[in-house]
Amino acid sequence: MKDLWSAIPRRGRVILLVAITLLLAAPMVLDRYLISIFVLIFYFAYVGQAWNLMMGFAGQLSLGHALYAGLGGYVAALLWFYFGIGPWLGVFAGVAVAATFGAVIGWLGFRFGIEGVYFALLTIAFAEFTRIAFDNMAFTGGAGGLFLLYDAQRSHEWWNLRGGPLLFYYLGLALAAAAAILTARLARSRIGFQWLAVREDQQAALALGINVFRVKMIAVLISSGMTAIGGVLIAFYYNNLFPAQAFDIGRSIEIILAPVIGGLGTIFGPIVGAFILTPLGEGLIALTVSLGVNVPGAKAVFYGLTLMAIITLRPDGVWPWLKRLLGLTETES
Amino acid sequence: MTGILMQPNRRRLLAGAVASAATLAAPAIGRAQSAALKVAVVLPRSGYLAPAGQSCHRGALIAPKVLADHGYNVELVHIDSESNADIARTQTERAIDDGAQAVVGAFDSGSSLAMAQVCEQRQVPLSVNIGAAPQLTEQGYKFLVRNFPTGGMLVSNGLSLIKSLLDVTKLDARTAVFMHANDTFGTAQRAAMDHLFPTAGLPFTLLDSISYDPKAQDLSVEVTKVRSLNPDLLLVVTRAADAIKLVRDMVRQRFEPKGIISPGSPGLYDEEFYQALGPLSDYMLYNLPWANPKAQMTQALEAAFTPANPTFRFAVECFNVGFTFEALLVVAAAYKTAGSATGVELMQAVRETKIADHVMIGPPIQFDEKGQNVGIPSAAVQNRHKTPAVTLPVDVATAMPVLPMPGWQGRT
Amino acid sequence: MNIAIVVNVVIEGVLTGLIYGLMALGLSVIFGVVRVVNFAHGEFAVVAMYAAYLLFVNFGLDPIVSLFPIAAVFFFVGYALQTVLINRFVDRSEHEQFILLVGLAIVIVNGLLMIFGPDARPTNLPYSFDSYAIGPLFVDKARVYAAVGALVVAAALFAFFRYTSIGTAIRACADNRTGAAVVGLNIKRLYALTFGLGLACVGAAGALMVPIADASPLLSQAFTLLAFTIVIVGGLGSMAGALIGGVVIGVSEALASFFMAPSMKSMVSFALLVAVLVLRPQGLMGRRI
Repeated sequence: MKDLWSAIPRRGRVILLVAITLLLAAPMVLDRYLISIFVLIFYFAYVGQAWNLMMGFAGQLSLGHALYAGLGGYVAALLWFYFGIGPWLGVFAGVAVAATFGAVIGWLGFRFGIEGVYFALLTIAFAEFTRIAFDNMAFTGGAGGLFLLYDAQRSHEWWNLRGGPLLFYYLGLALAAAAAILTARLARSRIGFQWLAVREDQQAALALGINVFRVKMIAVLISSGMTAIGGVLIAFYYNNLFPAQAFDIGRSIEIILAPVIGGLGTIFGPIVGAFILTPLGEGLIALTVSLGVNVPGAKAVFYGLTLMAIITLRPDGVWPWLKRLLGLTETES
Repeated sequence: MTGILMQPNRRRLLAGAVASAATLAAPAIGRAQSAALKVAVVLPRSGYLAPAGQSCHRGALIAPKVLADHGYNVELVHIDSESNADIARTQTERAIDDGAQAVVGAFDSGSSLAMAQVCEQRQVPLSVNIGAAPQLTEQGYKFLVRNFPTGGMLVSNGLSLIKSLLDVTKLDARTAVFMHANDTFGTAQRAAMDHLFPTAGLPFTLLDSISYDPKAQDLSVEVTKVRSLNPDLLLVVTRAADAIKLVRDMVRQRFEPKGIISPGSPGLYDEEFYQALGPLSDYMLYNLPWANPKAQMTQALEAAFTPANPTFRFAVECFNVGFTFEALLVVAAAYKTAGSATGVELMQAVRETKIADHVMIGPPIQFDEKGQNVGIPSAAVQNRHKTPAVTLPVDVATAMPVLPMPGWQGRT
Repeated sequence: MNIAIVVNVVIEGVLTGLIYGLMALGLSVIFGVVRVVNFAHGEFAVVAMYAAYLLFVNFGLDPIVSLFPIAAVFFFVGYALQTVLINRFVDRSEHEQFILLVGLAIVIVNGLLMIFGPDARPTNLPYSFDSYAIGPLFVDKARVYAAVGALVVAAALFAFFRYTSIGTAIRACADNRTGAAVVGLNIKRLYALTFGLGLACVGAAGALMVPIADASPLLSQAFTLLAFTIVIVGGLGSMAGALIGGVVIGVSEALASFFMAPSMKSMVSFALLVAVLVLRPQGLMGRRI
């Protein structure tokens, strides 16, 4: 921890401390609308960080991360639904199942040399396959969905993830922060350097004696497990799950937007990206409404154009640029 | 932790204080219902549910005027959920922050449940316009009512109407195949069908139940599969796009069952269905709740709808438009009885709703202790000259049902 | 089990597969040469469907005719798009291309929604409901026309790549970009031509889809995924591969629908995709690189 802290430039530490304090205190002044936005920001920062580990550090492009979030959510929700097993236990099962899927995908991909876009399509295929399977499975509710009881009597059971928006605000914040710290630690560890070696040049990494297969597998396992935890949070936040939404490719795309827009392979990239994109969507709704152009679709057109503009102008993401702007020039990883 | 969770946020407290100060300042006016009830209408006007969402939206747009003519005062805030539960949730929060006193929506069950939690926590009534998942009213929400049948109610009413249809038309049907889109709605219907059909006492046997992917680009093989079973009746649960593909491929494969009947689903009466199939769209039957063509309020709604939507027909849209209007009517009427827009008082009045004059066929709108209107009947509606015509029950019928349906040949 | 029915199912699978294949052809060209992951592929197909719809409603043009002007316009759109926007992304990593094209896809889908509304727009051709009866078999005309169209377009494209100098240059460029640059080929122009050709294919495919599916903004994502699956299964950069991949997917989905639950038919395509990726990464018809 200490070495992480000391690695941040002085001005950065001040900014970070102020930001954390503000986020901790913010619910005292925020209205519920803003809190509900922050929950989404934290969620996307968190799962974005999980994806970032695999893509930004180990260089493996997954376009099917909704699979892990969906599995985590479904497993924990099913345990709660059928056996009353709380999510704090269910999350372990969810992580285990998601990581198993991650292991299978990783094993197939890395053992058979499926790379780049091909690997991405492999991940999409698994996510879609699982979506259709869940659509047709009776005990998960099938396409009809899985519903958790909303019981006002139990709304104080925060340990069962039963509660109001503030519970999810602080949990989301804690998860996003923990993911950032974990990423920072991993990035400075042996495995982190091995990831970078594999990402930059796999052949060279092999020549250096790095067990490339093992190194990539570790990235997939950590990433899928982490994503599953996010899935549990969101499943209990919404109290219902539908395969068409949980495993949708649209969801997978949402997961990767924040880290790419924020800055791939950086620790603050996914966070910055989430803080840009979720408010952007909500802001565009307010903007199109106030401009009187709230024709259905108008907001999404602006959103798509913004994505195109950012990726054209800031190919490395917003954070590296922002960092220079704030004078935090020291590299972080 | 509990303390944090229960803590009301500052801005709300402040807003409450300002509001009560305002009430004190203007006592007389506050009490008389000069102020309109502010209702947020959340509908999926873009995204994959956009066709239905925009149809419902057309109902919401004309509602304030029709309601005003009947002595109800509402002001609407229109919100596009983009067929996305995240947005339905955040935008409902925003609408309530901005002063919405009731919420109507959201066509799909996922968004409706996301909003239900917000409304529950904030004690704002949520009136569901459309959503058939039985769980909506089984999850313990105290601030939610649904004036729409559950999947089970739809199928149970639909099956008994099929029985009546066979009796009235003296159709000899021995076999049937049930075909449904494998989505949230279709699965709910399938579950109800599996549960209810064996005891429904229908004179035909069910040869097979086939689920298909509603996103499929092509249903020719599905039709071939049904054709190979050659049933007398085809029972379908569809959406708009797949219903068109289904019928088109049936015509191409010259498969002519004696009847195509939906036990309770959309798809067979959308404007695009008539446009795509022309005369081939006729004689399809669907057993659904329907606007009562003989009710005064229906006529008022139609009178407002037609000039506002020159390119859409009320007879085709009356299902979505009617239920969206009635969802608004429920909160508007409750506001009038309660004389208050405070969540708890308003909700109390919503729960005690009893509205005799309304749009859809059936007894007065009222809710059971779970917030479900269990008294919504279905009508047997048949396409005639590319327009839906009510054929059963007899007291509201505008046409006699025709079965077996005439062959495809010679219709064009 | 009636044999005639099974034969009918297979024929339906083949015809549908050929049309899928044509759609994938454009992607195969772009993906195979420019190496850009065109995630807005299905969106372009849907734009072409709307174009064919408009040409039919306003001028009574059959999609089999209107596919020519549509393909021509799409060629120029593709050429311009590559020159103005995509060329800057050719050397960028895949996820950046992906975000760019996903952004473009969002703009197209929602633009269509704003212009045409969400309801499907059917094109009622005189032969929309006709079919050929061959003994106990029914084969519908619209699919036969579209499938024949797919074969013709694919043959034309194949001839272009095989027998014209530009086609040869593009192939050289796909095989070895550096080498092609060394011998003095203008890579950027060739890429623009290729992207144009790819989009022209999509335009033609979209027009040919119209007799089978009704134009709607909601179709696009499924088209994109389907095209990627077919291209991988068939083999990247192979004209025949795209069509054969389409047929393989079409027939296996048809048989799965018939013998299993239709709602699970797409699982078969994704299982095939995984199997091909693992066992034969160059695709059924591709060469090992």
